[in-house]
Amino acid sequence: MTEGRNAPASVVVAEPAPAEPPDRREGFRDLAVAAASSKTFLTGAAILLFWVLMALFWGTVAPYDPQAVDPTASLAPPSAEHWFGTDNLGRDVLSRVLAGASSVLTVAPLGTALGMLGGIAVGLVTGYYRGRVDDVVMRVVDALLAFPLIIIAVLVLSVLGSSKVNVILVIGVVFTPIVARTVRSAVLSEREREYVAAARLRGESGAYIMVSEILPNILSPIAVEATIRLGYAIFTSATLSFLSLGIQEPSPDWGLTISLGRVYLQVAPWMVLFPALALATLVVAVNLVADGLLQAVEE
Amino acid sequence: MDVHSALSIEGLTISYLRRRRPLRVIEDLTLSIRPGEAYGLVGESGCGKSTVAMALMRYLPSNAVVDSGRIMFTGEDLLRVDEATLRRWRGSRMAMVYQDPASALNPSMRVGVQIAEVYRQHRGMYKTAAFEAAGAMLEKVRITDPGKVLRRYPHELSGGQQQRIMIAMALSTDPELLVLDEPTTGLDATVEAEVLDLVEQLRSDFDTSILFISHNLGVVGRVCERVGVLYAGRLIEEGPSEELLRQPRHPYTLGLLRCVPRRGMRKDALRLEPIPGSLPPLGADLPGCVYASRCPIALERCHVEPPPPYDTGNGRISRCHYHDEVPAIPLGEQQQQATPPSPPSDGVVLLRVEGLVKTYGTSRASVQAVAGVSFEVRQGEVFGLVGESGSGKTSLARCLSGLVDASAGDVTLEGFKLSAAEHRRNAELRRKVQMIFQNPDTSLNPQHSVRRILGRALRLLAGIKGRREQERRMLDLASSVRLEPRHLQVRPAALSGGLKQRVAIARAFAGEPALVLCDEPVSALDVSVQAAILNLLLDVQTARGVSYLFISHDLNVVRYLADSIGVMYLGQLVDVGPAQAVFDPPHHPYTEALVSAMTTLEDLDDPRPHVKLGGPMPSPSDPPSGCRFHTRCPRFLGDICRNEAPPWQRDGEGHQYRCHIPPGELRELQRTNGASPGEPASRPNGITPPKRTGNQGKKPRNRLP
Repeated sequence: MTEGRNAPASVVVAEPAPAEPPDRREGFRDLAVAAASSKTFLTGAAILLFWVLMALFWGTVAPYDPQAVDPTASLAPPSAEHWFGTDNLGRDVLSRVLAGASSVLTVAPLGTALGMLGGIAVGLVTGYYRGRVDDVVMRVVDALLAFPLIIIAVLVLSVLGSSKVNVILVIGVVFTPIVARTVRSAVLSEREREYVAAARLRGESGAYIMVSEILPNILSPIAVEATIRLGYAIFTSATLSFLSLGIQEPSPDWGLTISLGRVYLQVAPWMVLFPALALATLVVAVNLVADGLLQAVEE
Repeated sequence: MDVHSALSIEGLTISYLRRRRPLRVIEDLTLSIRPGEAYGLVGESGCGKSTVAMALMRYLPSNAVVDSGRIMFTGEDLLRVDEATLRRWRGSRMAMVYQDPASALNPSMRVGVQIAEVYRQHRGMYKTAAFEAAGAMLEKVRITDPGKVLRRYPHELSGGQQQRIMIAMALSTDPELLVLDEPTTGLDATVEAEVLDLVEQLRSDFDTSILFISHNLGVVGRVCERVGVLYAGRLIEEGPSEELLRQPRHPYTLGLLRCVPRRGMRKDALRLEPIPGSLPPLGADLPGCVYASRCPIALERCHVEPPPPYDTGNGRISRCHYHDEVPAIPLGEQQQQATPPSPPSDGVVLLRVEGLVKTYGTSRASVQAVAGVSFEVRQGEVFGLVGESGSGKTSLARCLSGLVDASAGDVTLEGFKLSAAEHRRNAELRRKVQMIFQNPDTSLNPQHSVRRILGRALRLLAGIKGRREQERRMLDLASSVRLEPRHLQVRPAALSGGLKQRVAIARAFAGEPALVLCDEPVSALDVSVQAAILNLLLDVQTARGVSYLFISHDLNVVRYLADSIGVMYLGQLVDVGPAQAVFDPPHHPYTEALVSAMTTLEDLDDPRPHVKLGGPMPSPSDPPSGCRFHTRCPRFLGDICRNEAPPWQRDGEGHQYRCHIPPGELRELQRTNGASPGEPASRPNGITPPKRTGNQGKKPRNRLP
């Protein structure tokens, strides 16, 4: 139909229309369409969206100022006035839970982004060039992976001091080798494709081939990896706050709140229960999104 | 239902669900196979042949829906019997042989155990008895030394032996129906010939009905009594194979027959006649005849009224309104205009390869993929490179392109050294040597638009930076490969296989190359578009005066296209010279085997004896001593072949081959008796080991000065 036909001119009916370009980021769009039709993905995305909105607009939604101390109403159980009760200083737990989303949702995504950037860079270079660079870098990666994540984090933060920025850096550094592994293996199979050979034959630079030829073709595994990492990042950031190595008082950060509330666990369990539930829903939501994406990629 | 048929498919209609939308793949398919009959189902990729095979075994994927129809197998509807019955039937009453024997056999089990498993499962035999039965079965599929083969693992066997074992397993329960799904696709020509011979022989030993599925009309014509041609899920023509192939009554069948190079067809005499257009996309709404948009005789009626199966007599059916006119379809206009004559034989040498060696691996475990190859390619010449898989053709091309570094040897292009790897070549050399790859699906970046692919090539190879200039050149380039401007906007996925390969060709020609390495450029394409691509390759080549190094396993294609031919075996060039001289005796015994294994439609008229090669191809990591071909050679002489590397024998006109038998003697041998079948390693009578000739130690050269 496209290669010069010699059917008579009297043809009435149109030949089957050539698939008009559904173009522009086709692979990615396919992925998005497949993901959007998955219930797992949609549920996760809805919960995630809720927390993102809270992180941005808690100020308008929260019934009280999360920092407002009210000594007369300390450790009050959930009631019509304070749905989630109050803490030892009489602060509204509901408001603190809503406000707490913002710190997790800054630290975790930024840390993940940093780890992804580092991992993609390392993965592309080692996977594409192979050889000695690959051998050396991958052994370093192996060494890093041999340490439990939390030990590295504790080590680094106790040296650098604990701050939001340092938590982000730590998450980024810890994630880099893990992401690099995934990216490298995707690059390894992609670099054997002949379009890479064709690019080399026309004299493209290594950087161009890695970034413009290979990278667009491995976005699917990268997207999946990013969501999985985000789940871990949320978890890590909460753990670090809990160990009071991360975000400091008086932030309403969930991990921190849980850590402070555990003393009152027997008298005021709501102080721990609600932030813990919030944390759980967020991690589950991110994992649902990851699962949905993974399924979409595999289809 | 016809009581005399072993299998009859009635009005079978199957759809696949894609994003909840049903796409019709098989439409109202009706065919029947008589007991003991071999029925060939032919069609291009995407026409639904494999879906039919899977439906027969009820292996359809979960998103397939049988909309209507029945598959009657000995009085029962296969689509309705329960799972337990089906399980009993599969393997015992109906069996299937798949395309790739290497992946169908369990690599961790000895083949004897695998065959015995069938007997134990379906016949309830005990271990020893089953094992003995397996041995007896191997004898029936003519495997030499079955006792030894039984104890081997699949990877220790050649592709042909593996396929024999698959067939042995399928036949071990004496099934009523045997489905062969592309049993020779992906196998080398010599192995294909071996498997086809076996199928032919087995037809007389077993009373099994065979459904033989293939994309190759020639193969089916050789093995089957009746043939059905599938196109876009419809059976468009059916009939006794010989008649159908000799005088097709559907334009598509005719087109398929005309678009492959026939034996002896050369580019300077005749042009290939491609079928215009491409297959309709899956699930397309086709109100009339499915072939109407590509048909040379289609009229208005064809686009609106689906043709019923017309009975054209003698058990033949054609779904064409104008089936009577089919035999009168003239050869296309293109057929007569011959390509300009091939380049003069005194052309300037463009590429000279001397003693090229490529070794992979470490010094401890190394494989010599290219073991000292020397040849020359002249300006404007097509140099065809043939050989079975593993012979080093692709490694050679990759060395020349610079994608891998050669281990030793000299390559000069227009007198300049070319051995360096691609990143050490300058822009000028890169521009001059370009490559067209086998599979356009992987050679074009799926994320880049055609515009970007070509633009980048123009920028780097032709050095065109200005946007307007680039646009102008891109349109020129696109029109030179007959791509339309609208194709530039899309990504490769939106193009058909033929169009994709056109983009790849355009890319290689972006910067006026001098040498284009074509690595199997049409073998991933459907038969109906191969011809168009081959014509295009020829047109661009003559228009621009470039040279091709044309690698192919398809000897028909190489014979049609090439001016000179080199035959490779285990990393060495064994036969080289002008195309005609290489194809005609005297030629290297390996070339002889390759030529005799060619499956062409002309074999219907003139069945030739096939030269059988003994045993599998030896591993290139441990090549045989002396002549590398001696382990399989049908003209094996004795110790001289085993111990001494053969000299180059010259046979005038620049043809030379590497063998101990001198041209005169070899000519006599190859003229009179084909190889003695069945005794591959036997020594032909009347041959005295030749005296050592003077040119023994000489450096092999492609052409006489």
